[in-house]
Amino acid sequence: MNLSAIVAAVLAWPYLWPLVFVLVIVLVLPLVAGYIVLVERKVMADMQVRLGPMRVGPHGLLQPIADAVKLLLKEDIIPESADKAIFWGAPLVSVTAAMLALAAIPIGPFFQIADLNIGLLYVLGISALGIFGIVFGGWASNSHYSLLGALRSAAQLLSYETSAGLAIVSALLLAGTLSMRGIVQVQDDEGVWLIFAAPIGFFIYLVASIAETNRAPFDMPEAESELVAGYMTEYSGFRWALYFLAEYTNMIVVSAIATTLFLGGWLRPFAGTSLFNFLDFFPPLSLLGVAVYCLYRAPKQPVAVQKMFMVGVSGLCAVVALILAAPLLAPSGSFLAGAKDGLHGGFWFLLKVSTYIYVFMWLRFTFPRYRFDQLMRLGWQFLVPLSIANVMGVAGALVLHRQFGWGRVPSFGLSVIFTLAVAAYLLTVGENPPHTREGKEEEIAGNA
Amino acid sequence: MLDLVIFYFFAILAVSSAILVVASRNAVHSAIFLVASLLSTAGIFLSLHAEFLFVVQVILYAGGIMVLFVFVIMLVNLDVALHQVQFNRHWLVASLLALVLGAEVAGALLVSRQGLITVVPAPAQMLEPNTERIASTLFRTYMLPFEVASILLLVAMIGAVVMSKKKV
Repeated sequence: MNLSAIVAAVLAWPYLWPLVFVLVIVLVLPLVAGYIVLVERKVMADMQVRLGPMRVGPHGLLQPIADAVKLLLKEDIIPESADKAIFWGAPLVSVTAAMLALAAIPIGPFFQIADLNIGLLYVLGISALGIFGIVFGGWASNSHYSLLGALRSAAQLLSYETSAGLAIVSALLLAGTLSMRGIVQVQDDEGVWLIFAAPIGFFIYLVASIAETNRAPFDMPEAESELVAGYMTEYSGFRWALYFLAEYTNMIVVSAIATTLFLGGWLRPFAGTSLFNFLDFFPPLSLLGVAVYCLYRAPKQPVAVQKMFMVGVSGLCAVVALILAAPLLAPSGSFLAGAKDGLHGGFWFLLKVSTYIYVFMWLRFTFPRYRFDQLMRLGWQFLVPLSIANVMGVAGALVLHRQFGWGRVPSFGLSVIFTLAVAAYLLTVGENPPHTREGKEEEIAGNA
Repeated sequence: MLDLVIFYFFAILAVSSAILVVASRNAVHSAIFLVASLLSTAGIFLSLHAEFLFVVQVILYAGGIMVLFVFVIMLVNLDVALHQVQFNRHWLVASLLALVLGAEVAGALLVSRQGLITVVPAPAQMLEPNTERIASTLFRTYMLPFEVASILLLVAMIGAVVMSKKKV
């Protein structure tokens, strides 16, 4: 058995690519999460007219590495009266659940670990298990702040999962399949992203996904002014970092769901129209722009190491740009030209996911935190009825479109108008009760 | 062979954690073992290619109902529960019933071995799009029972709301 036969056998092995993808995701994800934290701090600084982290690396570009090293070297404190085994294992549950959910998400038509026929349900179900990590971690800490954070987290997740689920149902009605790949293909065939067919469903999912990932303005489980750090008050060092990793992975997962369901997944804007084919040049050119900018900034860095780092970043961007440009430059019909969908799909998908995460940050630094009773009222009295109306509206539009042969614009326009009318009705009917001090929060605090 | 290994792995996990649910003194530990048991059952569904059942088990039981359970358990004062007697005096009756149940299961196995009940494994391609299959069975063949069940649930829900209200 010679070498080429072995190579051929390995290449023919059906689990080869999934295994490679798993390794890539597990290895790259912590880095990505770290850099999302950096971007978040930079965006926050920008919105608050500050500079943000600037010390480690040029413009703080190495800050995540420094943070990771710091967290790894920190002492791992387990409180005396904690339930040791659960305290030890809870962060792992969160991280594992979040990472498992990534398995069914298609980052481009090629880069997907497994295309399950229940893909979307799988992602929702597995990522919902992450809540156990938070709840049990909060309980095992044996601290009031942690327990309150955990309880808030559980209540919040249950309340907002209802509306998120119904928003997803409205998109599923349009897609007609649960497979993540199938959903994107439907959008490709129809030539329209589902956000245009069900804009209110997207809006509901946006709000609910922020609440589900426990982020501001819904970050009640870790409201630092009330609960120190919520469920992770007693955690330190690497275990704390694991919670953080889980939170950011969850952000990526919900963004990926929203992208796949509503924003056309890996599809280019106007994927079906040849008039917009010039958009194919956007991915390589934008990265080339970043590369040139980094090169231009390199001489202005104060230290030699930082100059080298900037040049390195520039080189990396140039290489990625070259990879993205290769399918466009290669003669049509060759293998490289065929890889265009895979490569460019990945770019567009990640671009959309990043945009969605940017919106998360934007909202975080714009809105003040909700009070717990406000959160519950928004969830149950506004979002849930609205999402039910939205499902009914979309279903009605489908009936008009498919059974009565109406055009797409009038039927879906009518459904949007119907849902907006319901929203207006809910806003006028739902009167604000006077500020009482008997919210749900106090009840929990009294019992705990 | 691999199927069998996977089945026994999940089965042992499910049964042992189910026993631990009853045996552990701490209610939160019981809840964790219950989650483990439910998830192993989900694993068995998955190894039988019943993907939809797997997901429903994970979303509804592990993800939904257990979160509610845990939510309530954490509000309970656990220290009181720790000092209570865990097993009551009905163990004689219980073991008798367990014996009867065991005999029943053994009998059923014996009968099926002898060929009175023939279990024909479904062909693999039958199982493929099983969400669609379940949907068409539920909404075509069993439309009426399905609707009756959902009305029952609705009634229960409304009942719960009415009962929790101070003034109707």
